[in-house]
Amino acid sequence: MNTMNSSITSEASPQDEATVPVPESKPTDTVIEEGKTVGKPYSDDAKFKLRDVEVFYGESRAIKKISLDIARNEVIAFIGPSGCGKSTFLRCLNRMNDSIDICRVKGSLQLDDQDIYDSKRDVVELRARVGMVFQKPNPFPKSIYDNVAYGPRIHGLANRKSDLDEIVENSLRKAGLWEEVKDRLDATATGMSGGQQQRLCIARAIAVSPEVVLMDEPCSALDPIATAKVEELIAELSESYTIVIVTHSMQQAARVSHRTAYFHLGHLVEVNETNKVFTSPEHELTESYITGRFG
Amino acid sequence: MQPANLFLLTLVLAVLAYGFGYARSRSLAMPLGGIRHLKSLPFYYGARAALWSGIPALLVLGLWAAFQGKVIQLIVVGGLPPELVPNTEGQASLLLSKISNVASGALPVGFVEAPIAEAAERLQALRAQSRMLMSVLVVAVAVLAGFLGWLRIRPRLNARSQVESILKWLFFACAALAILTTVGIIFSVAFETVRFFGKVPFTEFIFGSQWSPQTALRADQVAAEGAFGMIPLFTGTLLISAIAMIVAVPVGLLSAIYLSEYANRKVRGVVKPLLEMLAGIPTVVYGFFAALTVAPFISDVADSLGINASSQSALAAGGVMGIMIIPFVSSLSDDVINAVPQSLRDGSLALGATQSETMKKVIFPAALPGIMGGVLLAVSRAIGETMIVVMAAGLAANLTANPLETVTTVTVQIVTLLTGDQEFDSAKTLAAFALGAMLFLSTLLLNVIALKIVRKYREQYD
Repeated sequence: MNTMNSSITSEASPQDEATVPVPESKPTDTVIEEGKTVGKPYSDDAKFKLRDVEVFYGESRAIKKISLDIARNEVIAFIGPSGCGKSTFLRCLNRMNDSIDICRVKGSLQLDDQDIYDSKRDVVELRARVGMVFQKPNPFPKSIYDNVAYGPRIHGLANRKSDLDEIVENSLRKAGLWEEVKDRLDATATGMSGGQQQRLCIARAIAVSPEVVLMDEPCSALDPIATAKVEELIAELSESYTIVIVTHSMQQAARVSHRTAYFHLGHLVEVNETNKVFTSPEHELTESYITGRFG
Repeated sequence: MQPANLFLLTLVLAVLAYGFGYARSRSLAMPLGGIRHLKSLPFYYGARAALWSGIPALLVLGLWAAFQGKVIQLIVVGGLPPELVPNTEGQASLLLSKISNVASGALPVGFVEAPIAEAAERLQALRAQSRMLMSVLVVAVAVLAGFLGWLRIRPRLNARSQVESILKWLFFACAALAILTTVGIIFSVAFETVRFFGKVPFTEFIFGSQWSPQTALRADQVAAEGAFGMIPLFTGTLLISAIAMIVAVPVGLLSAIYLSEYANRKVRGVVKPLLEMLAGIPTVVYGFFAALTVAPFISDVADSLGINASSQSALAAGGVMGIMIIPFVSSLSDDVINAVPQSLRDGSLALGATQSETMKKVIFPAALPGIMGGVLLAVSRAIGETMIVVMAAGLAANLTANPLETVTTVTVQIVTLLTGDQEFDSAKTLAAFALGAMLFLSTLLLNVIALKIVRKYREQYD
């Protein structure tokens, strides 16, 4: 699988990094000290413990010494201008970067104190625990039922048909989709609306009962009403899952997340409680970004 | 002038018309203040003039060239004295070939009767006249129509939409030509097939299990009665095609999967062209590889195992044919698999599926219609393949399912029936057309069935 995912290339490849439109005003003059993050990057109850993470595409460094804790059952939002490496960083958490030949990851990444990039690590098990929802809804061209049942089937989560039915129904209920689709579970998923498809993808992800759900700009392809529904859903899911969401919409980050992390050119500049980041950012780059001076 | 030269001349005239049209539209645009005041770009005015000049002239040329022979014949035969006018069709064609032989000088004038010599002279004169007339007419049409097209160029003229609609019809004509050719082939085969069934009963052909078409050509020849049962031929074709597909489909498909999902860029860059090179080897080469290397090897192995095998076998032909077909399957499947969006792969992998689970459950179903298309193409290649079978499987029409025996196929029999001295009203020759018709029907049926299957099971991604 040597074809690079397009969203990665546009998000974090070295070429793009060079062409990120950096205005001539203040922010560029600010020197970012490598590995230095202001705010509160660490937590006592860490689900993910990430230390000095670096990601290389070939020779160029897309992520520069990032250290961060992601707490249990929190919703953390990654924000930052295009090409700042937030998607790349997100994809390290369930090793979705593995399929890119030239991508290398350095540093220590731990999930529940176990190394994610350990050579003995079972990627299948990791991904079953850390689910992912993508930027563009990507339901399989199968029936709605088969989409949700896909994960449970490959992991053998249901012994009987009735168990599987239950998992499918529960997942669709949690995703707030059950009432809309219960009469047409056999219909093909690609015939649904964009918002429904994205909620189906969320249902598909939670059907394998993961502990963490990664969301890579889950609403960027949706209209405002569908976006509102997905955001509602994220709020509900936060009770039982750890959620990491990459978003371009600062309003969205403000609405759904507990903590917000601001990325800039591969650096993690600032992490803090969301309301703090948006009301009184400590770093001047963060301030410039959230006030719309660049980005 | 010869029609070919005339054709070239017409093209030149059309190009000239283009140049003049282009120039005139520019010069018309000049006083208005540039070509942006024209309704269309100068290119379209030129193209319009060229099409006006070329198309009618070529139509006249084509029609004239198609019908001049027949018309001249009618005039020549009509001018013969009554005692020489032929009674039957056979006599007529004999007479005509005699006349044209005299006209071309192949037959000296002294050897034929005076009226025929006269007719030959008339034929020659008529041909010269016709050629002359054709040249004048075509050139006149090209020049006149081109001039008219040139003359009617106005700044307000919407040449663009005219050219577009003419082009649309041209494209349609090309598409129609392909369809008409197919229809023509079907009809020519169908007529001979009907004639064949006039000589051999339909049921005997369809259900007969004996194939030995060697009938006597002349009354004094000693030969068998001839049996025209197509079953052994079709089972032979099926057997060999099945063996070929058993080799080609798994190997081709799995190598496509390897190339598109597992191989890194370097390996893919080397392996794919090498694999496709298999398709460039002429079938004759495969044929002698099968006949001289594979077939003896198979019979040796079978002998050492105590199984009786003939030196030419369906297995050898089918196996080598399968190797020949691998690149068809792999190349087409590879393209289709690559066309499946990366987002589906990511979606599956992110759920904790392994690469092979992703392949089996997501990519393969999504790529299935395209893969089926590739396999179908391969099947029709296998059914139509002749050379390897002639060389490696033999000519004996055995009704058997044993791949170690020698069998023959429909296409091989068509070749043997139609090569060498033939008489076109014997059942033996006509049988070739009947076989062709049956082959056509069965591949058509295969296509229809496969289309139905694909439609039923396709998983459409958008």
